[in-house]
Amino acid sequence: MTDNTRTIQVEALARVEGEGRFKVRLEGGKVVRSEFSIFEPPRYFEGLLRGRSFRDAPDVTSRICGICPIAYIMGASQAMEDALGWQITRPIADLRRLIYCGEWIQSHVLHTHMLHAPDFLGLPDSIALAQSNRSLVENGLAAKKMGNRLMEVIGGRSVHPVNTRVGGFYAAPAAAEIHALVPELERCEALSVTALDAFSGFDFPDLEVDYLFVALRHESEYPITEGRIVSSAGLDIPVEAFPEHFEEHQVPHSNALQGATVDGRPYLVGPLARFNLNADRLPADILALAERAGLAPGCRNPFKSLLARQVETIYAFREAARLARDYVPPAPSFVEEPPRAGTGHGITEAPRGICYHRYEVADDGAIVSATIVPPTSQNQRQIELDLVSTVERFHELDDDDLQWRCEQAIRNYDPCISCATHFLKLDVERA
Amino acid sequence: MTPRETKPGGSRPKLAVWKFSSCDGCQLTLLDCEDELLDIADAVEIAYFLEATRTTQPGPYDVSLVEGSISTAHEVERIQEIRRDSRILITIGACATAGGIQALRNSMDHESLKASVYPSPQFIDALDTSTPIADHVSVDYELRGCPIDKHQLVEAITALLKGRKPSIPDYSQCTECKLAGTACVMVTKGIPCLGPVTQGGCGNLCPRVGRGCYGCFGPKEGANTAALAADLAALGADRRTIRDLFGGFTAGAPAFAEERSRHDG
Repeated sequence: MTDNTRTIQVEALARVEGEGRFKVRLEGGKVVRSEFSIFEPPRYFEGLLRGRSFRDAPDVTSRICGICPIAYIMGASQAMEDALGWQITRPIADLRRLIYCGEWIQSHVLHTHMLHAPDFLGLPDSIALAQSNRSLVENGLAAKKMGNRLMEVIGGRSVHPVNTRVGGFYAAPAAAEIHALVPELERCEALSVTALDAFSGFDFPDLEVDYLFVALRHESEYPITEGRIVSSAGLDIPVEAFPEHFEEHQVPHSNALQGATVDGRPYLVGPLARFNLNADRLPADILALAERAGLAPGCRNPFKSLLARQVETIYAFREAARLARDYVPPAPSFVEEPPRAGTGHGITEAPRGICYHRYEVADDGAIVSATIVPPTSQNQRQIELDLVSTVERFHELDDDDLQWRCEQAIRNYDPCISCATHFLKLDVERA
Repeated sequence: MTPRETKPGGSRPKLAVWKFSSCDGCQLTLLDCEDELLDIADAVEIAYFLEATRTTQPGPYDVSLVEGSISTAHEVERIQEIRRDSRILITIGACATAGGIQALRNSMDHESLKASVYPSPQFIDALDTSTPIADHVSVDYELRGCPIDKHQLVEAITALLKGRKPSIPDYSQCTECKLAGTACVMVTKGIPCLGPVTQGGCGNLCPRVGRGCYGCFGPKEGANTAALAADLAALGADRRTIRDLFGGFTAGAPAFAEERSRHDG
């Protein structure tokens, strides 16, 4: 069998339910061929938006992912405001950051406590984890609930909030409602520190990967809603320059478009990239907690993304409590001007990494074209490379254990296909 | 909280959660039942739920929750197997009950839509339509919404555990606003709203913040969409606004699809 025939044999678009498939051929402990594919049925969001009002983009694109709708709502809103030339006010920007903290919390805690932590303990799920360490799971559920609560109080509901719009919010929540959240936010920050301590005792597989990290960076804040794009290779560009530096490619074996730099280099977005590029933007005591837990700036172990996510959870509670304490309802709750023709860009830090939106709008406010680059497509090529590194590093494991280790390597990314990666098909050919 | 005893003479009922073409948000609603989750996990055996566990058990299943629409040939086959393996099948959310936002493609040219998103559209293998589960197999109960309402989900699971029919309201959003004392956004502010034709259940979320209902729970039975469209036009809504209001997350529901087509082009 030649290499060429083997590539074809990979059943390019295997239509197995929400499945991640990784085919790999090992020769003497070295991977000589690999292919990682995911299949999510295409839903054509960019095409569906054409001809609709600019006002529809945030709500429509939020349906790309029920776990991080705020990332899509905020990225689309910012891109539209850029296209239309609208300037939002500081109180609106602060309320956006506050609801975004809610999304980070619920998404990160879901992942760390319920999806990722069980891997490190050899358990199938958080329900089994609850049997061995009920307080860890119960505290995680309390923290997750608080993230959802923030989204509900500000957005109306936690999955696909309704109170957000291009220009701001339909209605500003009452000050008393937001201020009342502060004590529970403070309590949950403390619970999250306890969880970080528990996670720091995990046995992290020993793997170092030479990543190109990419994240937002802001002049004073840890990046969530705003910043310039920076990388570990010294890139420092404004949001609108994203298309000049990054590209998406379609590969036959997967349905998601794959990201790379324009010179063809895979890169990593998400908590580990954010932490490494912005550790100096964390409060000193939170950075000290990270270091105590075994996560120091410069960390290149993808399995430690669990710690980065938990450190960001602590930060998100701290930041949310600060914003909630200082909250004054924005008045007016949104800005609005007549539509005009234009092109706009928006990037925010979704829980899984930067998410890029670009829209072209006609003078009547109709969307002419839309481009969305979600974090998981940017990471997809790097996930495949991590799988290769994982197989080479741990090739002496038997097939079942190696499959689990590969699933865990995918879950390091908290990919939007996390449900699919519970069911990785691993085909190892050992020569 | 301690794990419940198994039912006398038998094991706990087996629950399965399935995903088709969707965003995962409705399954997430189950994981968002933070106060109830561990109790649910005690009361039922979670036999298949990839978003939560890597353990999977073969059927048959007592209750299957199905998220997502049917948009690929493989999904057409897979839903048949799941129906055969499930005693009770509940569809959850706008994708499963109406085809989802992706059902907008049902009235578009699929090939040009593919080409507008993918540089190599020939690699994309999907059906020309996105359709609800009930177009393919019989469905025992449905939970509407984009996403579903958490309280309705807990009610459905609880009712089925007790062997009774879930109590899910079938009145309109309009009624929900009246019950809650929410001022009508159409009457007081002239804001286009699908409340009169949309099934209730979300807790009148949008009118409460001064926004018109965008119909994510889908058409109420017997909805008079034409009368509402005439009212919307009288308020000054143009054709595109009316078309896209009916062309939202439940665009594939027949009553909304028909009304939308009357304002298209």
